[in-house]
Amino acid sequence: MTEKREYTLVDHEKPYQFDEDGLHVTRGCAWSAPGCHLGCGILMYTDDEGRLVKVEGDPENPFNQGRLCVRCLDLPEVVYSPDRILHPLKRAREDRGKDKWEPIGWDEALDEIAGKILAAKEEFGPESVAFYSGTGRDIGQYITRLCWGFNSPNFVFLMSGQSCYSPRVAGCFSTSGSFWVGDYSQQFPDRYDNPDWKRPDLIVIWGNNPIVSNSDGLYGHWVVDCLKMGSRAIVVDPRMIWLASKAEHYLQIRPGTDGALALGIVNYLIENDLYDHEFVSLWCYGFEELAERAKEYPLDEVAKITDLPAEDIVAVARAIADSDAVTLQWGVAIDQIKETIPTAQAVLAIFEITGNIGKPGTMQQPASILNYAAGWGSEFLVPEQEAKRIGQDEHPLIKMGFQECVTDDYIRCLETGKPYPIKVAWMQTTNPLACTGVDAKRTLDAHMNIETIVYVDLFMTPTSMALADYFLPACTYAERNGLRVGDGAQRAETINKAIEPLGESRSDMQICLDIGKRISPEAWPWDTVEDMYSNILAETGHTFEEMQELAPGYPPFEYHMHEKGLLRADGNVGFDTATGRIELWCSMYNNLGLDPLPSYEEPVPSPLSTPELCEEYPLVLTTGARLWGMFHSEHRQIPRMRALHPEPLVYVNPKTAADFGVKDGDWVWVENHRGRCKRVVKETPIVNERTASTDHAWWHPEAPGELEAGLYDLWDLTVENLLPYDCGKTGFGANYKNTICKIYRVAEGE
Amino acid sequence: MAAKGLLVDYEWCSGCHTCEVACQIEHGYPTDQWGIKVCEVGPWKYGEKKWQYAYLPVPTDQCDLCASRVEKGHVPTCVKHCQAKCLQYGDLEELSKELARKPKQMLFSGNQSE
Repeated sequence: MTEKREYTLVDHEKPYQFDEDGLHVTRGCAWSAPGCHLGCGILMYTDDEGRLVKVEGDPENPFNQGRLCVRCLDLPEVVYSPDRILHPLKRAREDRGKDKWEPIGWDEALDEIAGKILAAKEEFGPESVAFYSGTGRDIGQYITRLCWGFNSPNFVFLMSGQSCYSPRVAGCFSTSGSFWVGDYSQQFPDRYDNPDWKRPDLIVIWGNNPIVSNSDGLYGHWVVDCLKMGSRAIVVDPRMIWLASKAEHYLQIRPGTDGALALGIVNYLIENDLYDHEFVSLWCYGFEELAERAKEYPLDEVAKITDLPAEDIVAVARAIADSDAVTLQWGVAIDQIKETIPTAQAVLAIFEITGNIGKPGTMQQPASILNYAAGWGSEFLVPEQEAKRIGQDEHPLIKMGFQECVTDDYIRCLETGKPYPIKVAWMQTTNPLACTGVDAKRTLDAHMNIETIVYVDLFMTPTSMALADYFLPACTYAERNGLRVGDGAQRAETINKAIEPLGESRSDMQICLDIGKRISPEAWPWDTVEDMYSNILAETGHTFEEMQELAPGYPPFEYHMHEKGLLRADGNVGFDTATGRIELWCSMYNNLGLDPLPSYEEPVPSPLSTPELCEEYPLVLTTGARLWGMFHSEHRQIPRMRALHPEPLVYVNPKTAADFGVKDGDWVWVENHRGRCKRVVKETPIVNERTASTDHAWWHPEAPGELEAGLYDLWDLTVENLLPYDCGKTGFGANYKNTICKIYRVAEGE
Repeated sequence: MAAKGLLVDYEWCSGCHTCEVACQIEHGYPTDQWGIKVCEVGPWKYGEKKWQYAYLPVPTDQCDLCASRVEKGHVPTCVKHCQAKCLQYGDLEELSKELARKPKQMLFSGNQSE
């Protein structure tokens, strides 16, 4: 029996389904597919024929307060896209990469797949079946449940070093027992009016363009709301983003040197006695050791490494020290550094030693309903199976309760069959060849060794065309019920079905329940997905059907939780670590043979680490900045979204363009020692003369899809060609955002 | 009925294209026509740490201030969905007072003469 907690609900004028202006309206929440990190409140309008006519923002929903971004506004175009796959498909293994799909019935497909999964378990153990998830869909917890429920330890997020979100989560948990997000009042239904909340005095936007990326459960424009209310901003970014023009200080950092900058700031704060003595002495552990380590990063040295003026670093350090409530708004730029763990540790230390933890307007522990950090269904995974997780022997930090395999070790496992073979891969909501992965050709070859690959998505992608043996069609959020409990501060939010699924498509969750009942029925006791959702929502005291009317519901939240004994299972004050304190010197890392203190390691390649190579490739290349109308590799086949950004761009300074003999609008190759990709030049002063920035996850759904025909232009377009599998010492992190390159015009006929 | 208009607080327009897309969908405009178009002004650097970097949503000849929505008691879709909440719809007279209240705003007085 789940213990009930007191939830605060939001008042609604109308039931969740009502009529307006001759249309039927379904109130709900938007959470993928198509992909997103958020879950905004929406109103879906349908006509008498049951067709989705339009989507608007829900003004009653405290999360987005009626606002909506282009991707949800354009949802009908996704729902009714002629490119959607609407029936299950099957293809012979020898036809991988060929457009030789045959239709197959759902039951037949699921029975066959279950048969192969169970046969692999019988012969090679459950660990021979891997379950993959991508980002941004409300599907992560169901896939971990498929994985753990089946007693496979191999949940795969196919990014070198799992370099998105997971490293920061792992780092935060290791040193402070919790993840931390910025406080924009998102935990309160009355939002900015809540009397306990205080707007941040200073928002330090570091490696993140929140208004476009909306990560960690943050609705990016909350930052704009706060600036309007008087918050000040600092921006640390190689790109002079629009928010930087609103900032008090802007640091145009050299990509990948964030750890040096953070340690330089820590050192300055300590040397100049600008830290919070009370917070440090009451709640932190290892301050003296941190201070000693930070001394290795004097200002002038840090200025040289980071390509920043020393006085700007000082100004930022002083601004942080002089402000009452400071929020760190960070993002994947910190995850996408090879030594991400010591980097994130250094960045977070700035905010820890200045006491910006747990107070209004600072960093808060996000409210939680599902403990998704441990993986839903982890109770089914027996210890002897968990011990077989790929990457644990090479990277022991993974043993500390983190859910994903180490991708780099996993790829080697696919290539060598060691320590054991992977026989079946279940890929849902992920497109590693075009998006998350690196070295797409290596990824492709490694996966060819897997006997059976099942792929679940809305559209045929480069990954499914190249690799899948079964394609199971998922539906959009308008076509199904669901829940929004995921990253960031969680709330009890329902996704409500407005239209019937198109064709034979099914919800991601229904597909998980259907296959789960066949391969591990004990983990999937529910008759319907709605019963399953009610089970997740049990602590609210309401069923899913009741919550459809009542949502969103907000779990209880308090500030200063560490002072009240709310962070630890034993009820003692302090943080949920071995010492009960925030560990600036981390005992867990020390016990695992890792450096207990934050540090900086120069990226390889880079102008400082490989000067000779950089004579050939003189630009530092950063990748992955988000686009308004496209979620990672999605939306390329959606005309209105494609029109906003028709082709992949490389952003270069006008001086750089001139130096390389290219100009705005030219098709160029962006190339380094590993490979190249095609891009269109965008001249812009937002990057300096030494840096180029380029889009990620590009492919052309309109181009020939077969592997021999170029896989939707993937081999020409993917920036993965320039990036290797090369994770950090902890198994987390990889240099996605700091390699090197040159650019030159694409020759005629290329 | 008093003349209506749109007040744009371009200090805060983040360039998110929401108004453009909301308008296109509301009016059924194709992807190369706009009832409101976001113009980028900058970025360029004009002094030590000084950047001109603004976005300005400009209503076009195809803006009807969402007449049919307004008739049904709603605000124009660009105003409703604007992520930066930098668009305001109302009586021109009222908006003129708002215009004087803070810098970096512009007032659009509609396409129709009274």
